[in-house]
Amino acid sequence: MSDIRYSEDHEWIILDGDVGTIGISDYAQGALGDVVFVEMPEIGASLDKGAEVGVIESVKAASEIYTPVSGEIVAVNEAVDGDPSLVNTDPLGEGWLFKIKLSKPEELNGLSNQDAYNKFLEGLD
Amino acid sequence: MRYLPLTDHDRQDMLASIGASSIDDLFVDVPEGLLQSGPLDLPRHQSEMAVERAMEALAKQNRSAGEGPFFLGAGGYRHHIPATVKHLISRGEFLTAYTPYQPEISQGTLQVLFEFQSQVVRLTGMEVANASMYDGSTACAEAVLMARRISKKKKVIVSGGLHPQYADVIRTMTRFTDDDVNFQAPTPHIDDDALIAVLDDQTSCVVVQNPDVFGNVRDLTSLAEAAHAVGALLIATVTEIVSLGAIRSPGEMGADIVVGEGQSIGNALSFGGPYLGLFATRLRYVRQMPGRLCGETVDSDGKRGFVLTLSTREQHIRREKATSNICTNSGLCALAFSIHLSLLGEKGLRQMAHINHMRAVQLVDALGQIEGVEVLNDTFFNEVTIRVPGDARELVNRLAELGILAGVSGGRLFDSLTDMADLIILAATETTTDEDIHALASALREALS
Repeated sequence: MSDIRYSEDHEWIILDGDVGTIGISDYAQGALGDVVFVEMPEIGASLDKGAEVGVIESVKAASEIYTPVSGEIVAVNEAVDGDPSLVNTDPLGEGWLFKIKLSKPEELNGLSNQDAYNKFLEGLD
Repeated sequence: MRYLPLTDHDRQDMLASIGASSIDDLFVDVPEGLLQSGPLDLPRHQSEMAVERAMEALAKQNRSAGEGPFFLGAGGYRHHIPATVKHLISRGEFLTAYTPYQPEISQGTLQVLFEFQSQVVRLTGMEVANASMYDGSTACAEAVLMARRISKKKKVIVSGGLHPQYADVIRTMTRFTDDDVNFQAPTPHIDDDALIAVLDDQTSCVVVQNPDVFGNVRDLTSLAEAAHAVGALLIATVTEIVSLGAIRSPGEMGADIVVGEGQSIGNALSFGGPYLGLFATRLRYVRQMPGRLCGETVDSDGKRGFVLTLSTREQHIRREKATSNICTNSGLCALAFSIHLSLLGEKGLRQMAHINHMRAVQLVDALGQIEGVEVLNDTFFNEVTIRVPGDARELVNRLAELGILAGVSGGRLFDSLTDMADLIILAATETTTDEDIHALASALREALS
């Protein structure tokens, strides 16, 4: 398993072999508020980095989810379908959203590590 | 808050930022013939008394539906509206054009909309209905857009039995999209085979009407199965909602989205509007549904209450990604619908539908005895299509001069299609009397002899 990496759209990715697990950051779930619904991507869909893959609805907003890397969707988190609050309670664990088989692993280099992401968040305040 | 009017300079700035040189540039998409170029051709101002007199003279030129034999239908139907409806919708608590945003002050209106939705769900055989659309035709076009969002496919198949003006609205709404809309040629016969023949795995949806614009009652079951087999949705359109008091609902026959015109219940013909668009679907598609949706919940004391719900689909939150640009509903028309339907109840609606059909049977019997008139329908609810020798439009106009409104001619409805020119679509409702049918039959017999 690789270290966690973040996009500036507040998605995180952890790589296991050539498959990345993707979710939204703790900061993002806090900013969204209580998540009530997640529209998941379709398994088998091939997507380019930055493409819209789904929507997260909270009690106060609806936000698009973008994939931080290119690849093919290989799994979605069914548990979140049943209980969207997992995104709030455990955004980096049980609340993961989907898994993608990377077609361009080098794209990971463009993402931030934990420290860089923390600095990025400081800049947002 | 101060009111800050725009200066000419502000306007120029805004025009410059969107790349337009004048306000008129913003209207270039409106076809030339529809733009008002000069001032309206109106007389100079006059006194209130003189204006009233002039308006009354104008009103006298109109022939209202209740004045004599009346057989017009084709999308708008004359039904009896109990006096209670008008009285209740005129109450100050209800009489507003606005959709309520604030549950704190709008519980009454929100509850009415919730009841309305529940009625539409039961009538259509669906699982969820919205708080209404502008009218049946826009609801139908919105259903096509919704099917695209669900199926992510572009091909649309439209039955030739769909009201041609509804087809026109679909044409307008998809004019600048890349949807591939296949309109089947209008035919007074059921066109299921033609629809199934063009159905393929690229198809997003099939749009049919029941009863169709020619009055045929259709069994949608096999069409629904054929559509579902290739992953397409079946959109069923109902322009005469009273029919659902007598025939199986589209939901029971497998439709995925049911749209309709609710005017028939509680709302007058009113020159074609304002009308009431009905929109219902399966629960699993609710997030792709357009329009406002009212939901039941509990307040902080645990008491039952009503709110607008799933608003994240809507434009004020989702902006350009909203499911639709509709931000309102036909609130007052929906209220009239709900009051009338509540007064009728299930039994009353069934009775009303039964009387409509009985009157139509009487009409068909009378028409069938006239030499030269051919009734084309094998099945019907309260509306049928006949073929007459020669130009039907001219015949209808001749009868109108005798005070008999004998239906909608094919030429009027399908103006460019010559094979429709000898057709007349006639409707009978509970307002039709024996004398009306007799007067129509005599006048037709005379005109054709």
